Order: sequence, then C-alpha cells, then structure tokens
Amino acid sequence: MEHVEQISVFLENKAGRLAEVTRILSEARINIRALSLADTSDFGILRLIVNDNEKAKSELKAHGFTVGKTDVVAVEVSDQPGGLHHILRILQKANVNVEYMYAFVQQSGEDAVLIFRFDNLDEALRVLKENGVKIIRGEKLYAM
Amino acid sequence: MIYDIEYETMPREAIEAIQLRRLRETIERVYATVPFYRKKFDEACIKPGDINSLKDLHRLPFTTKQDLRDNYPYGMFAVPMDNVVRIHASSGTTGKPTVVGYTARDIVTWSKLMARALAAGGASRGDIIHNAYGYGLFTGGLGVHYGAERLGASVIPISGGNTKRQAMIMKDFGPTILTCTPSYALHLAEVAVDSGIDFKDLRFKSGIFGAEPWSEEMRTEIERKLHLDAIDIYGLSEVIGPGVSVECLEAKKGLHIFEDHFIPEIINPQTGEVLSNGQMGELVFTSITKEAFPIIRYRTRDVTSLEREPCICGRTLVRMNKVSGRTDDMLIIRGVNVFPSQIESVLMELEEVEPHYQLIVDRKDNLDTLSVLVEVGEQAFSDEVRVLQNIEKKIAKNIKEFLGVSATVKLVEPKTIARSEGKAQRVIDKRKI
Repeated sequence: MEHVEQISVFLENKAGRLAEVTRILSEARINIRALSLADTSDFGILRLIVNDNEKAKSELKAHGFTVGKTDVVAVEVSDQPGGLHHILRILQKANVNVEYMYAFVQQSGEDAVLIFRFDNLDEALRVLKENGVKIIRGEKLYAM
Repeated sequence: MIYDIEYETMPREAIEAIQLRRLRETIERVYATVPFYRKKFDEACIKPGDINSLKDLHRLPFTTKQDLRDNYPYGMFAVPMDNVVRIHASSGTTGKPTVVGYTARDIVTWSKLMARALAAGGASRGDIIHNAYGYGLFTGGLGVHYGAERLGASVIPISGGNTKRQAMIMKDFGPTILTCTPSYALHLAEVAVDSGIDFKDLRFKSGIFGAEPWSEEMRTEIERKLHLDAIDIYGLSEVIGPGVSVECLEAKKGLHIFEDHFIPEIINPQTGEVLSNGQMGELVFTSITKEAFPIIRYRTRDVTSLEREPCICGRTLVRMNKVSGRTDDMLIIRGVNVFPSQIESVLMELEEVEPHYQLIVDRKDNLDTLSVLVEVGEQAFSDEVRVLQNIEKKIAKNIKEFLGVSATVKLVEPKTIARSEGKAQRVIDKRKI
C-alpha cells in the first residue's frame, strides 16, 4: 500500500486526556511511530501512526474514545536545508492542496519523514511519484 | 395608582358574580365553536349547562401545551380568522410554536389590563416608558406598548438589544419607567457604567420587570444598581401575554391577578387536585373574557401559591406569590422559553450528530448564557479541525434560527455527559435566581 493509515482521536481540552491515550496504547504494547496534535480552545485532535492500527483503534474505542481512520502519505526527504521546501514546491506547482502535515526524523538521522494529509490523495501520489519523490509504504513505516 | 378603581377594588361577592357569569358565557362559547373543547367536555360528560357555580370549574378537563401543539396553528381559535386582528406565538416544546390570536376587542382588553399593570407599577399619563421588551411574535414588547398608550404615557419602543444605544437614549430621552426582563435591567446597569452613565442621574422612578422568574435578592440588587422601584409582572401568551398579574408599588408583595378576566387555581401537579389558598402547587388559568383564544384550565407549569389577604394598596384581587419554579423542564433564557426537547430536535435534524447533549445555563455579567455540549460520535468526527468547528457553528446557527436564542456549542468526548440512572442529565442550571 502506497498510502499510510493514520488514526485520529477526539480529545477534550482537559487535563490528562492525552496521557489516557498513551496509557491505553502502552498497556496494549502499541508503539507510536509518529504523532501530531491539533488543538482549538475546547478540543484537540490527536493524529497517530502506530505499528498496529486495528489494535490501537479497538483499544481506544473500548475505552470510550471517538476514533477515526484516515489515509495519509509518507514521504522521505534528506534531512538537510530545503528538503521540505522541495516537496512543497512540487505540490504547489501541481496545485495540490495540503490539509495538514507533520514530520519526524528517522533514527539514522539521515532522512526525514513527512506525513501529508491531502484532499485528493491519488492525485497527490501521482504528482509526487512523477517528480521522483520517495514514498514510504505503509508496511515499512509501521515497522520502522 | 389604581387604573380601574371599580374592578380592581370590587368586593369579593361582586367579583365572583362577574366571574361566574363570564365563565358560563365562555364555556358555552368554546363548546359551540372549538371542536377540541367540545370533545373534551363530552368525554368528561359535562355540558355547558352544568356550570352553575365557580366550584364547577374544577370539574372541567385541563388544557396543556401539548393540546395547543396538537391544534397548531389555529385549531384552538374560537372566532373566524376574519375577526382575528393579531397573532402572537411563543416557544412550543418542540419545533413548532404555540400560536395565539386576538380580536379587536381582545386587543382593547389586553391594553386595559396592561394599563392597569403599568399603573400598579407607578406609571401614569406623563411618564415616558422605555420599553426594552422584544417586539415581535413575543407578547412582551407589544403588550407593554399598547398598555402604555392606553394609559396615556409616552412609549419609547426601543425593543431588545443594542444596549449601548439604549444607554444613550436613557440618558438623552429622560424615560421615567423601565420595562424589560429583570436580567436585562441588570445588564443595562452594567453597560451604562461602561458608557459613563450613572443611574442616579437618570429620571427612572420604577421598572416593571417580567418574562422570567426572579428573586427578592435580585430585586434588592436591581433597586440598588438602577435607583428605582422594581416591580414584578406576570403573564403568558397562552393566557393573554403580560398583564395577567402584577405587583403593586405599595406592597411589592405578591402579584394581583386580574380576576375579572382570569380565574386562577393552584393544583397538585401530580394528581390535578385543586389546592387551597396558601398551598404551593401549579398555577392554572381560565380566561373568561377573551374572544379569539379563550383558554380553559390551562396548566402554566409555573409553581406558586395564592394569597387572599387584603393588600395595603386597596386592591381586592387575589395575589399570587413570585413564581418559584416549573413543573416541567422549560428554561427561560434571556426571556426566551427554551425546552431541552427543542434543542434535541435541532440536533436530530443534523445527520452527523447524535442527540447526546447537555445544556448548561449560567449567568455572566447578568445575562443568561446557554452552552450546548454535544458528544462527538464517529459519524461527526474528522481528523480535520475545520470540519469539527463547522459542525459547532452549524449547530449554533440552527439553534439561533429555530429557537431565537444564542448558544455556545462545545463538542465533547462520548459518555462525558453525566448519566444518572441511565438517563442523561440534560440540563445544568447554574443561575442563582
């Protein structure tokens, strides 16, 4: 699969909710690969990429959380100045809209991973591949 | 001042004789003209001829808000639409409002009753009345307006809202009587301070406040901050609108019910049994002079008691104590009647949200606030902030459109709304009334 599954969790803006999510995941021995938290004055949306989506989703749901699943795209760029800009230029030229994104650096320290959420995922994938951007497949990312 | 000295100070026997005559006329008329009443009376095996004393009223069936809803919009009218000159409406328990009508004579009756009420609160010809009740389907604005004109006072039809401008007009136009909801009066006081206006320098003598329940503590606060006498007025559109009962300036103790037009009863809300004077229970009204929309034993859901002791003001009319609560779940928010079921219908209409909600009513800066907490289920949830914020906006917009009240909508996690005995606690009212 060229896209990556991301789970998202609805959190109220109150103390301890994020820790509750991490507690549930750690007790289920689920490893978090990447995460980002979007927040407003009264709620937050936690987005997670984990090594076992199904398990994470069912554990969180069992504890009363509202959980969603979205397809995102993971892209590898060299961890150096201009790495992100290069990708964004490609997308901009092709008029591909980014809903949101976040990034992390791999353990080796040489490459960075960018996670993108697109409106039109297939079109974005096509544009990125055409421009020779390295896409990280889901299975690979979950096992990283 | 007593506006209608004859009727307001009539001896008990005389007023009861008038009540019986008018009651019999009303019962005969509704039996002949409103199918709803004919059916109800037939079911209870009562003919209009059976009403021979005021006590016989207790045998008649009650009318509820649900009955009005079942006959929406004009089914309860007792005259042809040709004779109806005015239509008002108030919130129903769900989407549809309760509709009431008035003939030309009803408008005159109502105006006279409101003139009595304003006079009891200290107004007379020559006064300038700043009327900040809302004008529109709500009976408050136009009710006071017609009464003020009937009294011969000058009325400023300012209506609600735009408080800063109101403060300026209060300063420049020199009104002497204020009419609005009690919470809006306190809000006006605060805004006035911000605008550099001191109520001490204004010309207000008294304020006639109603459309929501308020306490003696609130009276003390209003009188202290606004430098006027605060008078309670009561009414509901199903009975006529404001002007059903009012306190007098002299005693400020209990609201005189205009018994030559409305017969009050206090009942046990569970059994329907009629309670005696002084006992707390649900207030029930029968109108005995209205043409377009007569109402028989209407259950107001307001909790109070009746006092027959003579009043120092000279009025012989029975007094009802300040309303202390409701027997249903209706909330009054900034003078607007809100039923939790109405909010529920708004939520039900939105596919993406589930009707798991809680209403939190509070009072900030003396204005009622309504927060609606809505649980986010999987259908509504999105990984994008924008989508969730749009849902909040849409709910708030629909509540405003359907109910006419502004609400802050907040999405919450599932099951966060406390459920007691399996039933969700739908309303938390934090106001100290």
